[in-house]
Amino acid sequence: MRVVVAKPGLDGHDRGAKIIARALMEAGVEVIYTGLRQTPEQIITTAIQEDADAVGLSILSGAHVALTRKIVAGLRERGSDDIPVLVGGAIPPSDVATLREAGAAEVFPTGALLSEVIAAFKRRGERRG
Amino acid sequence: MAIDTNERATPSGIRRNPFYSAADWQSLDGNGEAAPGAYPFTRGVSPDGYRRKLWTMRQYSGFGTAAESNQRYRFLLDQGQTGLSVALDLPTQLGYDSDDPRAEEEVGRVGVAIDSLADIETLFEGIRLDGITTSFTINATASIILAMYVALAKKQGSDLKRISGTIQNDILKEYVSRGTWIYPVEPSLRLIVDTIEYCSTEVPRFNAISVAGAHFRDAGATAVQELAFTLADGIAYAQRCIERGLDVDNFAKNISFFFYTHSDFFEEVAKYRAARRIWAHTMRKRFGAKQERSWHFRFGLVCGGSTLQAAQPLNNAIRVAYQAMSSVLGGATSIFTAAWDEPFAIPTQESAELALRTQQILAYETGVADVADPLGGSYYVEALTDATELAVTRVIETIEEQGGMVRCVEEGVVQQMIADEAYRKHGRLERGEDVIVGVNRFQTEQQRELTLFALDSASQSTQLERLREVRAKRDPAAVERALERLRETLISKRNCMPALIEAAEAYCTIGEMAGAMRAIFGEFREPIVV
Repeated sequence: MRVVVAKPGLDGHDRGAKIIARALMEAGVEVIYTGLRQTPEQIITTAIQEDADAVGLSILSGAHVALTRKIVAGLRERGSDDIPVLVGGAIPPSDVATLREAGAAEVFPTGALLSEVIAAFKRRGERRG
Repeated sequence: MAIDTNERATPSGIRRNPFYSAADWQSLDGNGEAAPGAYPFTRGVSPDGYRRKLWTMRQYSGFGTAAESNQRYRFLLDQGQTGLSVALDLPTQLGYDSDDPRAEEEVGRVGVAIDSLADIETLFEGIRLDGITTSFTINATASIILAMYVALAKKQGSDLKRISGTIQNDILKEYVSRGTWIYPVEPSLRLIVDTIEYCSTEVPRFNAISVAGAHFRDAGATAVQELAFTLADGIAYAQRCIERGLDVDNFAKNISFFFYTHSDFFEEVAKYRAARRIWAHTMRKRFGAKQERSWHFRFGLVCGGSTLQAAQPLNNAIRVAYQAMSSVLGGATSIFTAAWDEPFAIPTQESAELALRTQQILAYETGVADVADPLGGSYYVEALTDATELAVTRVIETIEEQGGMVRCVEEGVVQQMIADEAYRKHGRLERGEDVIVGVNRFQTEQQRELTLFALDSASQSTQLERLREVRAKRDPAAVERALERLRETLISKRNCMPALIEAAEAYCTIGEMAGAMRAIFGEFREPIVV
């Protein structure tokens, strides 16, 4: 199973993304961590080129809804809407439903447990594989 | 669960005894610590602590447009805040104008949008720059923001020798943990030395740099690592200034520091006491500073950050209050107490007010500010201060053995140390070894209805409209002249501050100025470390 962990937009807080990436690796998942400041286009391209089983987005700047919409729409346009997009970060509880509507397969607001996040990646990724 | 009564340690791993006595306190000269205000200032840089001047209450704040943020600043000042702390949005921090395609969705979100001097004018409307100190959390574009601030001070007729404040301007920690870098390391360090050199003579009361450990800490570093990396950064900047030919006694006064206070009460007090002592020795012995004020370690800090939790969020107000008290007992120069709703969004006016009141209650009701270093002479605090000094010195030595901070940052060594610690810490939390109330103990099911801050949806379009107006009204010939002079200066290696101030005065935008730098300096390539 292969997962792209990405930091979209201009936000530089990467503690969460790195912890997720490392925990996925320890759970036997192959991880491609993109580093900071990826445009939606870059993330879509990476996900398709790497034939990812899932994409994880970590966003703490407040721009999570718009960025998730763009990435989900871009994957759909390229016929890759079977790649699930999981979103975490500084997300107010009231935005969880909005992100789901925007096409996020799973949403992890502030305070989500690492074990839950890893289990969700495995579930979503394996379903595709 | 069985409680192990034998082994306890601070989160940094310093062993804690069941109790402390005179036998645990190995003071350096055997006569106890020097008095507050005396070298090496373990007990504080001032002999009377906070009696002459309380710490500055400086709440990090800014969102949307300059006009919206100006309203919030005036509210906070009316409520008794004593300094300003400007939060800037990510496009401003990364040198993109608000209408840049990369700025889309980010304008005004995590701070106020600043495109040109016109926005700085609005931001400080009704506020005299010689009557307030202002701190800007700005790094890669710090020289540009400083140029705009100086341009506004000149326009207001404020005396540059009297204006005071801080630009964070600490790029090394951006590469490691905060992520708002633009240019490669060397040109970035040149810009920092330019600003320090400029301030040391032209704006002498301005802190040209606030060497910040806070972001290491919130990325996962321990208190010991936070202090060690920060001091190692401070040493790196001081070395660059000396290589430029600056006199240490001229620029030392323009260097300040910035930290996170987390929840382990005595570890934080000891951290600040040790910091003052190590920096005093470093400036005096290593860099040969002769003036007493060059030995002074002055620092701001923030309480909150990653210690704040989404679960049972009102508990955060209590966490911040304890953190603020340990900060005061540690002798902080300025304090920002984060609001309880920080895990979700930037604060509402109501939560921001409660955060400020937390400091005012501490300052005026508890009596802790009446006596300098009230914990001085506590066997425990003195022993922990000594142990912290030792542990921090060891980490600094490790970094120097590996080529110093600049090299360790470029190669990702520091990033790896922090990522390792963050991962370890998260494991302890998930296994229940570290107890966080409401998160892994004493949880409740019920979710409180939260009223959170929401950015006015019109802010972004208002900002774009303003930017169009500024571009239409300014003198294009003056803009082109200023940018040409800036480009020449950047290539020449002369100090770029005069050219930046001229460009700010011509209403060049941040995207134009940072764009000139990008074209000449190129961009940093991030080492990918997980």
